[in-house]
Amino acid sequence: MSTGPKNNDFTIKIANVNGTGSASANALLMKTFFRMGIPVVGKNYFPSNIQGLPTWYEIRVNDEGHLARSGRLDLMVAMNAETYAKDLAEVSPGGFLLYDSTWPRRQMLNRDDITVIGIPLAKMCNEHFDTARSRVLMKNVAYVGALAALLDLDLKVIRESLKKTFAAKKHLAEANQQAIDFGYQYAREHYNCPLPFHAETADKTADHIMIDGNTAAALGCLYAGATLGAWYPITPSTSVMDAFKRFCEMYRVDKKTGKRDYAIIQAEDELAAAGMVLGAGWNGARAFTPTSGPGISLMSEFLGYGYFTEIPAVFINVQRCGPSTGMPTRTQQADVISTAYASHGDTRHVLLFPANPEECFYFAVQAFDLAERLQTPVIILTDLDIGMNDWMCPGLEWDDNYEPDRGKVLNAKELEEIEAFHRYFDRDGDGIPYRTLPGVHPKGAYFTRGSGHNMYGSYTEDANEYQEVVDRLRRKWETAKTYIPEAVVEYSEKYRTGIIAFGSSDGAVREARDRLKDSGVGVNYLRVRGFPFTDEVQRFLDVHDRIYVVEQNRDAQLRSLLLMETRVSQDKLIPVLHYNGLPIDAVGVLDQINKDLEKVVAA
Amino acid sequence: MSYIRKPQIIHRGLARNSLGLTVRDYEGGMSTLCAGCGHDSVTGALVQAAFELSIPPHQMAKLSGIGCSSKTPAYFLRQSHGFNSVHGRMPSVATGANAVNGDLYYVGVSGDGDTLSIGLGQFMHAVRRNVNMLYVIENNGVYGLTKGQFSASADVGSRAKKGEENVQPPIDPCQTVIAQGGSFVARSFSGDKDQLVPMIKAGLAHRGFALIDVISPCVTFNDHEGSTKSYQFTRDHYHPAIHADFVPPSEEILAEYEEGSVMPVVLHDGSTIVLRKADEKYDPTNRATALAMLQESQAASEIMTGVLYIDESKPEMHEVNQQTGDPLLNLDYKRLCPGNKRLAELQDRFR
Repeated sequence: MSTGPKNNDFTIKIANVNGTGSASANALLMKTFFRMGIPVVGKNYFPSNIQGLPTWYEIRVNDEGHLARSGRLDLMVAMNAETYAKDLAEVSPGGFLLYDSTWPRRQMLNRDDITVIGIPLAKMCNEHFDTARSRVLMKNVAYVGALAALLDLDLKVIRESLKKTFAAKKHLAEANQQAIDFGYQYAREHYNCPLPFHAETADKTADHIMIDGNTAAALGCLYAGATLGAWYPITPSTSVMDAFKRFCEMYRVDKKTGKRDYAIIQAEDELAAAGMVLGAGWNGARAFTPTSGPGISLMSEFLGYGYFTEIPAVFINVQRCGPSTGMPTRTQQADVISTAYASHGDTRHVLLFPANPEECFYFAVQAFDLAERLQTPVIILTDLDIGMNDWMCPGLEWDDNYEPDRGKVLNAKELEEIEAFHRYFDRDGDGIPYRTLPGVHPKGAYFTRGSGHNMYGSYTEDANEYQEVVDRLRRKWETAKTYIPEAVVEYSEKYRTGIIAFGSSDGAVREARDRLKDSGVGVNYLRVRGFPFTDEVQRFLDVHDRIYVVEQNRDAQLRSLLLMETRVSQDKLIPVLHYNGLPIDAVGVLDQINKDLEKVVAA
Repeated sequence: MSYIRKPQIIHRGLARNSLGLTVRDYEGGMSTLCAGCGHDSVTGALVQAAFELSIPPHQMAKLSGIGCSSKTPAYFLRQSHGFNSVHGRMPSVATGANAVNGDLYYVGVSGDGDTLSIGLGQFMHAVRRNVNMLYVIENNGVYGLTKGQFSASADVGSRAKKGEENVQPPIDPCQTVIAQGGSFVARSFSGDKDQLVPMIKAGLAHRGFALIDVISPCVTFNDHEGSTKSYQFTRDHYHPAIHADFVPPSEEILAEYEEGSVMPVVLHDGSTIVLRKADEKYDPTNRATALAMLQESQAASEIMTGVLYIDESKPEMHEVNQQTGDPLLNLDYKRLCPGNKRLAELQDRFR
């Protein structure tokens, strides 16, 4: 944090223009660290635009495995003249800046406290390549070559990566390798290589993968046996369905006939997407829809319908920066309240909070089990940072003995044997009634309605009959608590101060907690992984005197939810907030906690 | 929706269909709509059609939106699952349900408010996807449950009960759907069961989205003088262009028809509808002339009825999606899950 960069512990940022092909160069750079065995994370700060606007890619290399943003910038690769002044200003004192010296910088754009490295990238590309397109693209690869020299990257690893990426296009592999080589040579010849901080081959990424959360969630939907995906395109959730489609094409198409064991429907809007998954869930299939905050708003009427009529369905809310259109390519955790209570009337929804792509995979599977077990919509609340950035996480594993939990569904034989079927009758006392599927047996027929119904499934406007049903739904909510994934708790009796966080705040919180410990302040940590809150959350709230609730929104929404849904008192919960649209970093968390700790000491 | 359990009385002499069921087995709860409501006649026609087709009741799924019309699925086929969804959104529910199980008969019942105002978008997209379902609009030009506001199908110049004149041009679902590329478009009148029953059968047998726009007068709010959706006005301006006789797959076409005026159309399930032209000029397989004639008839304040357009060749949603023949919800889980070995292989690309 406050300490400077070290080997295998530094942050690089690449400033570029979107639409110039920098993504593949940046991916190559990041994968090189990963394949050298060094923990790494890449975060993409991109505009809501197709071509021509500024974009940044931030890579944090950290052998301790801290992979939130570092809050520091040790090496800036300034490829965008338009943002040059801002990019220059951002470099941490003592840091480095690499720029394309084909064009001279204005004298005033300088800093005494950093080292500036000029590499004539465009000039070299113009000398080596003929077409305008490859001259633009190869500039990016050339800076990777220069960085390979400056950071002492393993050239063998880069060569292998290029071969793998361009296996089918040999001429591209050669061109890329050429750009790497002349970038590398120039840096070696003109600068002291490597820099004081650089990469050292390690062994800390074995059995790990680099994956984004949306891809992992899509994989979870595939493995859960989802057969219908309905959606309306919305950033940052779109890549969930892109990935699901890709996986389905790989694994769910009959090779002979070309027939598909799935349906993907691009809906006319989010309302329709919600209706489609409820229709499919009612019929007995596993169906899901990925969306983001504005989509959840549009789906709210159907979410309430699904809650009241008890239809299983999975919703994935990849949160972005609101309100309204907000900043669609920036991250936030600001849909906690709107998702938990989405819709009118006494409505509440089961939520799952994955913290990383690994949990996106496993929670996606669990979401379908919960939805069918509890007969209700389940919403996975992830965000842009998890969904669209490249995370390092343990390789995913699948238990081949897994059987989907289809919940309480009566089959034809069971229906034949019972005297009469009553859709909303609580036979087992757990608040979960039995359901039937259309087409199975005439005795299973019932009428699904959003209007008042009694425990037998008939229409009612009777005061007692109505209340009986909504009270039973509340009992079901209590049952839900026993199915929600347990919170992750790191607890020592020594400490009376705690931190609560969820989702993508996890990395920054862990790092902040470690630094607090280094400075002699011990805190316990609980990461909430679902809603309704489990008993363990209440216990954690009970045993601490002061709890920092860390989250990425302005209004302390998780804190509000805790206040509404547990016995905790207002004074105990101190909000620690980050909501500018960039992923949370440990520095901000630490500063806010330290400030509060000072206040406590002073008092 | 609201209904009263109807006592089931089966007379010995009641006819039975090939499943051994009587028409009573296709009924539902007692209607709570106003006495004389056109919708109850449509309900009766649906019961009759399902009975005559010998559809196993539990093989049908009934869906609706919100409004008087959307209450009616509770009044027919009590042994079918029903889904009374949210206002204007029945098409999406039907689309999702149908996508995962194409083996059921899907009947959507909606009204002019539910379809042409709040639900116009979803309605058009269900048409566009050619979802295999029968979609019935019980069209009365008025909002009944909220007490008498004009709907989007009210004609210019039609008067509300309290005298107000409608000034907004109507949306004609038949013209709209023909223009959009719908594959089955029909119009009828709740007072003409002879026309409606075979039309419903044809709609159920049609592979794809079958629209039947039924003028179904609202006796309470829109049956007065000055209304263009009253029983009287509809009877006076009713113009059947095409009669449709439905012939099930197993039967031969026995009736004798005048040459030149008859057009048999073979449906996907092997049944036939024999279209008899009351209007010689009308061609229900020609989108452009059908549209032109509908517009002329509308300009003349006529209500043109019949199977107005049919195209059996258009692929329905499952075919467009290239889905496997079995309902997706019946696929064995082992077939859907690639398993751990493939997961391990797949992850090589993430390293």
